[in-house]
Amino acid sequence: MALDKNGIAKRIAQELEDGYYVNLGIGIPTLVANFIPEGIEVTLQSENGLLGIGPFPKKAEADPDLINAGKQTVTALPGSAFFDSAESFAMIRGGHIDLTVLGAFEVAENGDISSWKIPGKMVKGMGGAMDLVAAAKNIIVATTHTDRNGKSKLIKKCTLPLTGVGCVKKIVTDMAVVEVTPQGFKLVERAPGVSVEEIKNATEGALIVEGDIPEMNLS
Amino acid sequence: MNKVVKDAKEAIIGMSDGCTIMLGGFGLCGIPENTINALFDADIQNITCISNNAGVDDWGLGRLLRKHQLKRIIASYVGENKEFERQLLEGELEVDLIPQGTLAERIRAGGAGIPAFFVPAGYGTEVQEGKEVREFNGKMHLMEMGLTADYALVKAWKGDTHGNLIYRATANNFNNMMAAAGKITIAEVEELVPFGELDPNYIHTPGVYVQRIFKGVDYEKRIEFLTTSD
Repeated sequence: MALDKNGIAKRIAQELEDGYYVNLGIGIPTLVANFIPEGIEVTLQSENGLLGIGPFPKKAEADPDLINAGKQTVTALPGSAFFDSAESFAMIRGGHIDLTVLGAFEVAENGDISSWKIPGKMVKGMGGAMDLVAAAKNIIVATTHTDRNGKSKLIKKCTLPLTGVGCVKKIVTDMAVVEVTPQGFKLVERAPGVSVEEIKNATEGALIVEGDIPEMNLS
Repeated sequence: MNKVVKDAKEAIIGMSDGCTIMLGGFGLCGIPENTINALFDADIQNITCISNNAGVDDWGLGRLLRKHQLKRIIASYVGENKEFERQLLEGELEVDLIPQGTLAERIRAGGAGIPAFFVPAGYGTEVQEGKEVREFNGKMHLMEMGLTADYALVKAWKGDTHGNLIYRATANNFNNMMAAAGKITIAEVEELVPFGELDPNYIHTPGVYVQRIFKGVDYEKRIEFLTTSD
């Protein structure tokens, strides 16, 4: 069975390491915060100027001056810091953020990503995504394997305007964990109950499959 | 050095059609509400706006947008505003979309007297069009230019009569850099105190960058997405 959004987030949370500073994008990536493994300390960065994002506030405590990059009300944990947007992107551009998790419309075999514009239909802007993918040490894409119409999002070459080139290192989808290698997509794990064949069929780009592919361990 | 003006209406005296303005804020957080409403009332036209976002349909910059007071917008993210998307897709509005960190740094550089600099963001994308590309340390970078404006409109939590400013939480965002990048910077604050009352250790924006300051009134501080745990 393919994973739901929380399943994807839970699998990505396994990539976190003690001491990491992490930027989580809007959508599925935000959910990763709910699954940080016990016993490790991870600091979440929000590019609008907060290091140390806390849980969503109680309704009575929601503060219009305290939001995340998705413009949702949040809280700040003890020991957090506020700063301006130039400082925030200095952290990002300067390589001080260990991991970025973001969504995508398309990811290509060479690690290119499209995530911000559908010409003639939707223009929301790139926000901080281009800065993040150009600079973070490690970039994981969180997405469904196919779009609503069943079209693969893991493709040979991006067709939509690019967000960044050759930057994605790993993709965690509802069906699989795929690494982006110099040779292309490499299947490393399957979602529980999903076969290699099903993943191949849902992947437009060439998929390297070597030996037995284990199921994700989400317990 | 008393820079205090009475209100937003007095603060925008001299602003005219065709001017370029920067506006602080991220979404609706930390936007100069009073000054935006004064621009709406004064019906200033053909404005070029530099702002991370474009407000929502009926608040913030969205008000000026609906009244067609804006000619051009330089921003990074304009979602959550249907009228904006409509004007953009139908070509009624000139729009430059810029990566957020590049936008922030262009404003910082503009205020700091740095005409141009190199960043990796946007390399290999349509953001690269028309820009000088150079390799540094094995990585490709784009040349970006510093940005300044005729006016910078910023919103702070506390300010003093000399224009020293302190922001609150994530309402700082673009305000701090924009204050330095405006030829004339207008600051609106929730609390205006006599100079000498703010602790110099906690000033974010030194008063040298601010030309006019006033105490804002009737702050709505709208929340775009109220998200709670209960």
